[in-house]
Amino acid sequence: MRLVQGNEAVALAAVHAGCNFYSGYPITPATEIMEMMARQMPKTGGVFIQMEDEIGSIAAAIGAAWGGAKAMTATSGPGFSLMQENIGYACMTQTPVVIVDSQRGGPSTGLPTLPAQGEVMQARYGTHGDHEVIVLTASSVVEAYRMTVEAFNLAETYRLPVILLLDAVLSHMRENVEFPDVPVRQRQKPIFDENFLPFGPDAPFVPFGSGHHTVVTGMSHDETGLPKALAGQAVQRILQGVAERMRQDAREITFYREVSLDDADIVLLTFGITARAAREAVGLLRADGLKAGLLDIQTLWPFPDWLVQEKTANARGILVPELNLGQYVMPVRATIAGRCPVEALGRMDGELFTPEALVDAAKKLAASVEIGGVAHD
Amino acid sequence: MTKPGVDLTPYLRQEMMPTVWCPGCGHGIIARSIATALMELGLDMDLVAIVGGIGCSGRAPFYFDANSMHTTHGRALAYATGLKMVNPGLTVIVPMGDGDAAAIGGNHLIHAARRNIDITAIIFNNSIYGMTGGQGAPTSPVDSRSTTSPLGSIEPAFDMVELALAAGATYVARTTTFDFQEMPKLITGAIRHHGFSLVEVLSQCPTYYGRLNKLGEAPDMLLYERDRTKLLEAFGPAPEITREEMVGQMPIGLFRDAERPEYIDQYHGLVARAGGGK
Repeated sequence: MRLVQGNEAVALAAVHAGCNFYSGYPITPATEIMEMMARQMPKTGGVFIQMEDEIGSIAAAIGAAWGGAKAMTATSGPGFSLMQENIGYACMTQTPVVIVDSQRGGPSTGLPTLPAQGEVMQARYGTHGDHEVIVLTASSVVEAYRMTVEAFNLAETYRLPVILLLDAVLSHMRENVEFPDVPVRQRQKPIFDENFLPFGPDAPFVPFGSGHHTVVTGMSHDETGLPKALAGQAVQRILQGVAERMRQDAREITFYREVSLDDADIVLLTFGITARAAREAVGLLRADGLKAGLLDIQTLWPFPDWLVQEKTANARGILVPELNLGQYVMPVRATIAGRCPVEALGRMDGELFTPEALVDAAKKLAASVEIGGVAHD
Repeated sequence: MTKPGVDLTPYLRQEMMPTVWCPGCGHGIIARSIATALMELGLDMDLVAIVGGIGCSGRAPFYFDANSMHTTHGRALAYATGLKMVNPGLTVIVPMGDGDAAAIGGNHLIHAARRNIDITAIIFNNSIYGMTGGQGAPTSPVDSRSTTSPLGSIEPAFDMVELALAAGATYVARTTTFDFQEMPKLITGAIRHHGFSLVEVLSQCPTYYGRLNKLGEAPDMLLYERDRTKLLEAFGPAPEITREEMVGQMPIGLFRDAERPEYIDQYHGLVARAGGGK
């Protein structure tokens, strides 16, 4: 057991996952990841570089990926906004890269040292054009460690940018942890012949210098990588293929935790730091006689609609508390499609939800759907 | 100049020919010079990466049978930095347009020069944004016409050589598409140089810059390049050149070929000190 900070756990996990390139730019509350990597990378023979801005950071990380590295960058809201165009480049070029966004209050400079969950939609849709990404989140230091390793693994498997959403509290809090031994997906040595299609279905990621003269472009291109005629159809085919693969693997790539869902009338559906208060709230509600449960989703995107359906099948009301004014509640509502009330509970004042606030909101929701046996204040 | 009969096709990606460049465009002359330099240096194309940005020059990576990367606007040097650091065995050449180098990507240019990372930047400077149809650039001369400066540009042009020198580039040269014999030599020297090298090539855009500024057809523009430039040696000792003297006679040639610790060497020294050497 040792006392570890959230940001420190991310850096240690990255090293465990085989990360050998880090580029970044200082920003609160993500800076400690960069400071840790500045020490860790030289020690492990990896590359660390402090870039001139966040645009350069993500660009260098993608360039390093094509140089053969497992690459990562980390930032917070303002830097994450700057990275969006080049995240799209990674999507278009099917480049494995990990991006950590420790969310702070926004918009703009916002509340640099206080937590938020304002980038749920930006992480999914922030870059222009339609695309696929994977977005993970965590609610504890040990989870931050595990999800960082999984981010690298998923980036390798699907050749996609994988975004890990933390927040200012998780980044800076310290917990006593024993790091789990999370398996690492090793990159296979590329095998290719003259018919090799660098962007074909399930094509291995073949970095520069391997002998294949790959063309990497952000322009629409076909499986050869070249922006030939009908490239629009080709890129739709390629990206839909990625989406389909993730859909087939949904049960493997969707991380979540649940508490007392089997008989739950009211489901608290949370993610990230909010899950901590929700866990306690479920206990308090149960003690008060309300059958409450928790679905804590760690793979935010692709949206696990199947999971939400399964786990809330008998729910009579769903409460979605989040540190924004109502983002993740939108796909939840779309999935539930009126089957039961889906109540948003949002705040963006830099404060976390207390368990009591969640208890109150859950009781109100219960009363509105006429669940009896609940004492109301 | 490449000797008659010398075949550059092994260096070029035939399936991408013909290029998108307009008839008379100077960019093909620059691409040919790069291919000539690659041949002169006898480089294994498996270990050559051409990393471009966006615009007319940004298409250059498609035309080389190498590891080719067509990145986002202005960011090619940042991509190239990551690529080169994890794979120093690659020869990394970055074709850039005026917009890439002098506008949206200026930050990456000065920092790549400051670090002295072993990358070769080649600026295809045609004084205008060609791909988007002839808008003014930070490299457009004062009074020049473009679709966004229809009454003449009131902004002074960036001197990319001065910028690179001030930022710390260790090999800095300027030439023109008229000087097609000199250009491959300067590019060869730049690629061979260990450190950040930059070659600015004044190129012609007859389609937009030439037409909007009544400079005639491509051959007329080549003569215009000849007449507005003067060999650096003709100015006498370099420190005595003032900006005023350069007006109308932009110096061309090799401005700096110096040694300074190269960034990746420095980083490897740091790794060795940290005990991370393999």
